[in-house]
Amino acid sequence: MNDRSDRRKFLQWGAGIGVAMTGCSKTEKTAAVEEEGPSQLGATIRAYGERSPHEKSARFLPDTKTPEAASSRTPLADSHGIITPNGLHFERHHSGVPTIDPAAHKLLIHGLVSNPLMLTMGELKRLPSVSRVHFIECAGNSRSEWGTKGAPDVRQSHGLASCSEWTGVLLSVLLAEAGVQAKAKWLIAEGDDPCHMQRSIPLSKALDDIIVAYGQNGESLRPEQGYPLRLVVPGYEGNINVKWLRRINVTDQPGMVKDETSKYTELLGDGKARIFTFEMDAKSVITYPSGGHQLEGKGFHQITGLAWSGRGRVETVEISTDGGKTWKKAELQEPRHRMAFTRFRLGWTWDGGEAVLVSRCTDETGYTQPTRDDLIAVRGKNSDYHCNATKPWMVSADGKVTNA
Amino acid sequence: MRKALLVLTVSIVAAQSGKYGVGRAPAPEEIKRLDLTVLPDGTGLPAGGGSAAEGKLVYERRCQRCHGAEAKGGDEVAMVGGQGTLPTPKPLKTVGSYWPHATTLFDYVRRAMPFKEPGILTADQVYAVTAYILQLNGIIKDGERMDAKSLPAVRMPNRDGFIPDSRPDTGPKAKR
Repeated sequence: MNDRSDRRKFLQWGAGIGVAMTGCSKTEKTAAVEEEGPSQLGATIRAYGERSPHEKSARFLPDTKTPEAASSRTPLADSHGIITPNGLHFERHHSGVPTIDPAAHKLLIHGLVSNPLMLTMGELKRLPSVSRVHFIECAGNSRSEWGTKGAPDVRQSHGLASCSEWTGVLLSVLLAEAGVQAKAKWLIAEGDDPCHMQRSIPLSKALDDIIVAYGQNGESLRPEQGYPLRLVVPGYEGNINVKWLRRINVTDQPGMVKDETSKYTELLGDGKARIFTFEMDAKSVITYPSGGHQLEGKGFHQITGLAWSGRGRVETVEISTDGGKTWKKAELQEPRHRMAFTRFRLGWTWDGGEAVLVSRCTDETGYTQPTRDDLIAVRGKNSDYHCNATKPWMVSADGKVTNA
Repeated sequence: MRKALLVLTVSIVAAQSGKYGVGRAPAPEEIKRLDLTVLPDGTGLPAGGGSAAEGKLVYERRCQRCHGAEAKGGDEVAMVGGQGTLPTPKPLKTVGSYWPHATTLFDYVRRAMPFKEPGILTADQVYAVTAYILQLNGIIKDGERMDAKSLPAVRMPNRDGFIPDSRPDTGPKAKR
């Protein structure tokens, strides 16, 4: 109590000096210090927390006539670490977010199985569970980067990717319960959204690491992430991570459904198209400094960003500040999870001159992220999906950061 | 009462078959009600059928507002034309130029269209509108009826236009 009243006296004294010496800019600053009154109590405890009203980070929403069949993008430049907050995970819906009562929701597993199964949410939660960190990336992420003029900021260029800790039952456990028959090769997963979005998935992947997930970052899935149940297919293109999962049909052939023929196939220069291109290849992007940022001044800045690979762990990330002429290894945040965002960091002293910042990553298979020119040389300009090119950002002498 | 007994019996069967014995065996009618799968060989196609002439009426009422007259495109994608454009700088990917299987069109229209009222069309209407789109693309003839037998037999122009994933396609381990 004594300390506090002493401090108040000091502040009053400082303010008085300031008034007396108005000609001096240095003391004007002192005068601006306001007296701190007695502290008031803060907010009460509450049942469900919200972020500070000062935090405005938000998903990017496109201008569209059909927001029920659209995507929103994660503001990756605002993320810390590797986990995307649930309210900022990117969205892609095909007929809007359905309202599902978890008490009524069921998962049907049928087709080429010995024992077709109908499971309630309660029954699914009784089974052995796993929690694993995985990214989900839309196959159309960075579509803007095929063009000569890329997107202006990382939210728009790379925001169709997010990373969460997912909790659920391994699909292999459910398939063992149902008893997969010898001639089974595929399964077709279907959602309970109005359009019953579906995708075919190779049985080998289903028996490996697919999660039938009900948890996301410690809480239940958000409605826009498939509440109450979704597939998480590690490393595979986002569309195949079927949300609002209601049915798995085990088959001997793929369904050749709309989203694996008409969409999510890559047209090459010769007019042929690649089909069943599941894995998202290794990719990285610098999130600070990135498009839209303004460097506050010369001197130290930490370059940071995210790297990921649909084929395993990220092994190295290199950063260039001279547009790719020379490279330095960035520090990688541990632990590095398979098919998950990996945070990279590198200290940088900006000399106040122009700089072109770019990152490239290499995954555990030895594959290194290519440039846009590398990709176009083999695929042409019409493959649309799966753009994992390196992304340069231009730092101007005034500290403004733009798409290079 | 008989129904309840049947469910009880099958759930005991399921409980004994898996390692954990969690969940129950669905009744065949339950599976049938939920099973929307249509495979390229025609598996899962329902009874019924329709012609392009019938489909034109369905199209004009339910589809044209978004997809334009004669499916040439409007606010939403074109479903006709584009054949021969795939290897050019401006490819037009439509049902006629790109889709490898006719069954996909039936399946997608049945489950997802019209956008604001998916599931409103009868099987006959879906067959008919499928026939209309195929006929506009010159893939089937006027008057040809689409049903569970004829639809999977339709040969799409781009049937052989797809190749397996050939990645990695850059770097020292590139496949090409």
